[in-house]
Amino acid sequence: MTSYLLRRLWQMIPTLAGVILLVFVLFRFFGGDPAEVLAGQIADAQQIAAIRAQLGLDQPWWIQLGLFVQQIVSFDFGQSWMTREPVSQIVATRLPATLTVMIPILVLEVLLALPLAMFVAYRRGTLTDRLVVAVCVFAMSISFLVYIIVGQYVFGFLLGWFPVQGWSDHWTTNLVRYAPLPVMLAVFVSLAPQTRLYRSFLLDETGQDYVRTARAKGLAEPAIMFRHVLRNAMIPILTNVAVQLPSIFVGSFLIEVFFSIPGLGREVFLAVNRSDYPVIQAATVYLALLTMVINLGADLLYKLVDPRVTLG
Amino acid sequence: MTALTHRLVPPPPTDRSAGVWAAAWERLRRDRLGIGALGVVAAFLLLIFASATGLVAGDWQLERGVPYAPPAFAGGQPGGPAEDGMRPARGVARQAVDIADVDPLAPRYAEWNSRAAKIVESRPPPAQALPLGADRWGRDVLAKAIKGTQISVFVGVFAALLATAIGTLLGAAAGYFRGHAGDLIEWVYNVFTAIPGILLVFSFAAVFGRGIGTVILILGLTGWTGSYRLVRAEYIKHAARDYVRAARAIGASQVSRIFVHIFPNISHVILVQLSLLVVAFIKAEVILSFLGLGVPIEMVSWGTMLGEAQNELITGKWWQLAAATIFMTVFVTAFSLLTDALRDALDPKLR
Repeated sequence: MTSYLLRRLWQMIPTLAGVILLVFVLFRFFGGDPAEVLAGQIADAQQIAAIRAQLGLDQPWWIQLGLFVQQIVSFDFGQSWMTREPVSQIVATRLPATLTVMIPILVLEVLLALPLAMFVAYRRGTLTDRLVVAVCVFAMSISFLVYIIVGQYVFGFLLGWFPVQGWSDHWTTNLVRYAPLPVMLAVFVSLAPQTRLYRSFLLDETGQDYVRTARAKGLAEPAIMFRHVLRNAMIPILTNVAVQLPSIFVGSFLIEVFFSIPGLGREVFLAVNRSDYPVIQAATVYLALLTMVINLGADLLYKLVDPRVTLG
Repeated sequence: MTALTHRLVPPPPTDRSAGVWAAAWERLRRDRLGIGALGVVAAFLLLIFASATGLVAGDWQLERGVPYAPPAFAGGQPGGPAEDGMRPARGVARQAVDIADVDPLAPRYAEWNSRAAKIVESRPPPAQALPLGADRWGRDVLAKAIKGTQISVFVGVFAALLATAIGTLLGAAAGYFRGHAGDLIEWVYNVFTAIPGILLVFSFAAVFGRGIGTVILILGLTGWTGSYRLVRAEYIKHAARDYVRAARAIGASQVSRIFVHIFPNISHVILVQLSLLVVAFIKAEVILSFLGLGVPIEMVSWGTMLGEAQNELITGKWWQLAAATIFMTVFVTAFSLLTDALRDALDPKLR
């Protein structure tokens, strides 16, 4: 176990190095000149030269790469180019809003999609099953944008059940007052693909021999479903949840943009629009690191769920 | 971590068996839903071809109706849309208030009007209602939706082609040449999958700017990892097969073995992956364009239409939203169903 953990952590180093290199190359060689972005339109040559010196842009590229690595390791990306807010502070202050929305979404998604998928898988081959699958295909074809636009209009504007958008300073107010509509819409949208996915996971298991054996010895269908099939289908389901976990930190940026939720996803989107490189770079590198750690955690979790899994 | 349960078992070779593609076509033909979906997709492709060659919707930028002219079937509200005043003044300025007493130019209006009268305006008067209504500038929503279909599908298809090409080339190389070359490509793959997808797209978008080619480039460069994973697994499996060793024995070169011998045997996997990517990228393009990171302003796509529709909906102008949604939903549903049918037809084992 320990040796496995150490080996996995060791393997992360080249990948992380690759992420840093990719981000560096992308912004250094393909992005616009940071000095011109920073100085604005009324800059003279002297100002640009001063900014270049300050950012180390007059140095050769390998020294700049060194500076970049130094920023990452010391968790100090400097300030946002536009708002002058320290990047570390941006990440720290925007994250709670994102989590307030994303954790309920993730929990509700699993809690709703799993029973639905079990029901559909249980009724496999029947009209209900085919109908649900057909509705899922159709529902997935409508753009996420349409759901949000129409949902915001109907529930926020027409019916007035929820505020159309907004955010407060207190997290309970946010959770009770401002989060429900975005959470509801996001869960509604992801329900179709999730149900379809979980259904296929469950159906993979219902074709197995042990299910036939259980039926042959006269076990009731619900018992087969809950005690045998569900437990065996946990691995792909867990994998799927683990794959989604990193995204709760980026948040559904679309949801955040639409509902003006001051979260991390919206912040990165705004940073893209104003060419605020430090914010994008910091978010990309750290979330990549976080993704790797979460994936490792998920692999360890498999062992707990299924003793047959050997970590090799 | 995805377990690759994807296995292809070719049909048992008999002397007169149909080829893989002929057999697949035979299976697809028996799938009624699949054939129906194929018909819808073909109709859309025809529409796109007509739009690309300028046969239809070439004039989508013309202001054919009054601003926010309602759809013909919904009936026009008399007086309503025409007084919107959002229409930018063009040519001879409109006289809103009578200020002839203080207007120093007043004596010359008669002369100007008579001169203006000599210019025959070839443009027909703006329509009060259009088949699917008009947008803020009085442009025909139907024409916009057709042009938007062309752009959105174009971006989706070409981005999917690019992503699949990258994924296939790297996957073939990594699967066929194990060792250092394979390790290097695996490293690149790990790096790309370590970064959450949205952030990868944002990073590329921040650097490359806007434009139709840029969107294709961004989606292609960030979306190749899934195809790579599949193609690599297939190449690893096939490289050890007897027919490849036989090819080597008769002196086929490495390149020939990769592309002439193995590639046709896995091309159905690539085709299914390609169509899955088309759907995914059409959706992605719509979102990127909506956010202003996609197609440029002078073009129209389903995403830019939805972007305009968001504000229109509040004032009750629902037709642009409906048009973009219906066009997109019909196409994407048909394409998804076709993909499912294609997968069933090409890989009977998966059923």
